[in-house]
Amino acid sequence: MTPDNRKLFEVVTGPISIDEVTARVSSPDRGGITLFAGTVRGITGDLVTDYLEYEAYAEMAEPVLAQIAAEAQARWPSVSAVSIVHRTGRLEVGDVSIVIAVAAAHRQDTFEACRYIIDRVKQIAPIWKREVGRDGGVWVEGPESSVGDAAPMATE
Amino acid sequence: MARRCIRYVRAQATMTTTLTVRVRTFAVLRDALGFGEQSLEMPVGADVASLLSRLAETHPDANLPARRFSVAVNRIYVTRDVVLQDGDEVALIPPVSGG
Repeated sequence: MTPDNRKLFEVVTGPISIDEVTARVSSPDRGGITLFAGTVRGITGDLVTDYLEYEAYAEMAEPVLAQIAAEAQARWPSVSAVSIVHRTGRLEVGDVSIVIAVAAAHRQDTFEACRYIIDRVKQIAPIWKREVGRDGGVWVEGPESSVGDAAPMATE
Repeated sequence: MARRCIRYVRAQATMTTTLTVRVRTFAVLRDALGFGEQSLEMPVGADVASLLSRLAETHPDANLPARRFSVAVNRIYVTRDVVLQDGDEVALIPPVSGG
């Protein structure tokens, strides 16, 4: 899968370019863009991770990412464009796993909206990571996941 | 005569008592169940809960009743009382950990 810059919400298998995601939301009437990049952490307390394997239910994840952006734009109507790109497959320590770009005419609401979006991704986007370290691999069950509850799409 | 035969076949088809769904599993649930995708025949009128009961019976080692997961039908999260339709894609979705 090569990145398709006409899509705002995408699951890709190759490296993500922060500049390229930024370009997806840039326009002359937008003067503020907040970016979030999630990267692979190699050290968590005493735990050492060699690499991560990400898996997605891509056909569902892309519409869920669009739904999350719509929620954010309903809360912060000044936000005029959002792009969310998530990478799957094997990622090494330091690799970028997700980039979120939130654009508006003025900066104020873009920070809060961006934070809301990454929090919601961790709650409901059908994407998983397997941590592989010295003792083998283990699927991570996200502590913020609301999947498993009765209505995971609902906002709190 | 040929036309009459076709009508008979059609009548039989509309009286069918089973439907077929495509079951998809991910991450820890795929490992536990041992398949990522499978077609499953269920009786007409079956809901998500009955499909999960069937999987629990056919895959006892997966220990489904003890696991926490959500279900999506045709890529939308649903509750377990949703009635299945022929051709539905039913996904078993363990707690997510993207980002």
